[in-house]
Amino acid sequence: MNQLNLDHAGAAIEFNKNEPRVDWHDETLWFVRTKRDRAAAQVPEWEELREAASQIKNYALSNMHDLLEQFEQNAIKNGITVHWAANADEHNEIVHGIIQKAGANRMVKSKSMLTEECHLNDYLTRHGIEVIDSDLGERIVQLRGEPPSHIVLPAIHLTKAEVGDTFHKHLGTDAGATDPQYLTEAARQHLRDTFLTRKVALTGVNFAIAETGGFVVCTNEGNADMGVHLADVHIAAMGFEKVIPRAEHLGVFLRLLARSATGQPITTFSSHFHRPRPGQEMHIVIVDNGRSRQLGRPDFRNSLKCIRCAACLNTCPVYRRSGGFSYHSAVAGPIGSILAPNLDMKLNADLPFASTLCGSCTNVCPVKIDIHEQLYKWRQVLMQEGYGPGGKTAAMKTMATVLESPRLYRIAGKVGRGVLRFAPVTVENKFNPWYNQREMPEPPAESFRDWYINNKKS
Amino acid sequence: MYFCTYVLPEHMMNVGLFIPCYIDQFYPQVAIATLKLLEKVGCTVNYPLQQTCCGQPMANSGYEHLAGGCNDNFVRNFADCDYIVSPSGSCTLHIKHHLHATNETAATAIRSRIYELTEFLTDVVQVKTLEAAFPYRVGLHQSCHGQRGLGLAQMSELMAPPFSKPGQLLGMVDGLELVQLDRRDECCGFGGTFCVTEEAVSAKMGKDRVADHLRHGVHYITGVDVSCLMHMEGILKRANSTVQVRHIAEILTATL
Repeated sequence: MNQLNLDHAGAAIEFNKNEPRVDWHDETLWFVRTKRDRAAAQVPEWEELREAASQIKNYALSNMHDLLEQFEQNAIKNGITVHWAANADEHNEIVHGIIQKAGANRMVKSKSMLTEECHLNDYLTRHGIEVIDSDLGERIVQLRGEPPSHIVLPAIHLTKAEVGDTFHKHLGTDAGATDPQYLTEAARQHLRDTFLTRKVALTGVNFAIAETGGFVVCTNEGNADMGVHLADVHIAAMGFEKVIPRAEHLGVFLRLLARSATGQPITTFSSHFHRPRPGQEMHIVIVDNGRSRQLGRPDFRNSLKCIRCAACLNTCPVYRRSGGFSYHSAVAGPIGSILAPNLDMKLNADLPFASTLCGSCTNVCPVKIDIHEQLYKWRQVLMQEGYGPGGKTAAMKTMATVLESPRLYRIAGKVGRGVLRFAPVTVENKFNPWYNQREMPEPPAESFRDWYINNKKS
Repeated sequence: MYFCTYVLPEHMMNVGLFIPCYIDQFYPQVAIATLKLLEKVGCTVNYPLQQTCCGQPMANSGYEHLAGGCNDNFVRNFADCDYIVSPSGSCTLHIKHHLHATNETAATAIRSRIYELTEFLTDVVQVKTLEAAFPYRVGLHQSCHGQRGLGLAQMSELMAPPFSKPGQLLGMVDGLELVQLDRRDECCGFGGTFCVTEEAVSAKMGKDRVADHLRHGVHYITGVDVSCLMHMEGILKRANSTVQVRHIAEILTATL
């Protein structure tokens, strides 16, 4: 069944039908979390770095207008063409326009969650442009016709055998091959040909520096560099929140990003782009797509501090056991669950509830986003705006009526315990989700209050 | 004559005991142990009889706006207490962060006076020894709201020195062997209404947490939140396990 058509809880039921696979998914991502812990522990000033990063991002959010204008001016001075896109459609049209102007019908693209958010590949394909994703994980899921399930590790939901099958089908590798080196080499040869023949290359942007008008792209595979160095046209797409004030601030973010993401001290490639090389065109597309609306929500604005490291996904006990597709959104996991309702409240009303509010996400976050508190606040907004199921609202009203009246509460408690003691079948059945995999608590004859009155109250 | 040593100034006597609704109804033995423990360390404990709930079931479901009556009732019950103590990290955290009421002055005072049981014992009463005995291998479940929310123990996410208030108290119990878990502070998956609305993930998280304790050969699983323990107890019982759950108050009052 396609998990993407279900709400989070429904998709999680599907995912959990294969328990060994859930265990494997959980352990794989927990391993990444422990690598992050070890890397962070080696930096004595780790918590100070997080605080510094948080403060720089807070400053950027508070001075967004000025920083973006400064960035634009400096980028133009450097010879970069700057485009502004109010939404996903405008972003896609701008990118399409640049490709058309270059007389190309094919493009190579390194990792960019923004283009996933804007559904750029679908758009370009519909308009006759072939797009090849050059990040290995992205290429794997692209060949399978799937979206990424994780913002840093796009194919983390797949086993080696599944990758082998996919490559056998699309790249002609040997049937049944699972050797990572063999499979990676096949992908490498396939992508090399792509790099050599594409005139247009698109990259994401990790950090855009207002002071210099340049930007930084972080990859482990060097695929962004391979793409743009061989292309006549480099398009860099960025959400406007990627802007940071000064180049010196990179020292804070680059130390945090890869350690938080995969436990590496730094990404293999941190590529700095300032200006097109002679004969090359360089474009930056700065995208809003709901970000200014989020910036205007006092309770949720600081979700825009996110640097997309995915530490909150790796640590999330729910994400690890429901899989990325259960979030039916470009950005999965806890951070996705506080970003997605801003894009579409109705479609994403389930996501803030896909959490136990355990708070682990907030505390691994390298820029200190109060993720679990925002999940709580989104729940209030969504239910007040009427996006809750009718049955749930009615049940909550009943519960509130009972719990605000000590007398009703005591009657309900007594009746509830009585039912459990003398007619357990009324709750111990398949209609009770608690009972599906858990026994009910054993109800006592008397409540604590009864005991207190009988034994303590003089 | 008490069998504990502690620091307890005179003005600390008036403790209001807040027993969360589901403990009142399903786990009265935990409330009784909490009451006995507080009395043992010299507190005068009052249990306001008209109390019901902290309001968290509505609030965590997104219906904070329906919890006004529940909140007002809480304030009516506890406005006069010097300290409010509860054997639940989660309910305590909810009151501390989210209690607002018609009488906001009283609500504000309550938010600053409420304590979870173990932090009250280590930080306010400053218990140094306890004459309790529990000669078993015990796994401590670090409930998230107590640990990350109230700061009862250092969380594994932060690069900071370790401490554990519940662990400190369990260390005073004769014969108790506290086991180390593979994942020392992963959520059990109870999560309030999450336990039924996201049943598949909730149950899987609970099974995984229980398995960690079982791998390390525990006789008992303990914690500061009965809700997490109730969830794990349900899973243990379904698996016909002999391992049992005990709230920390029950262990801190246990004798041979």
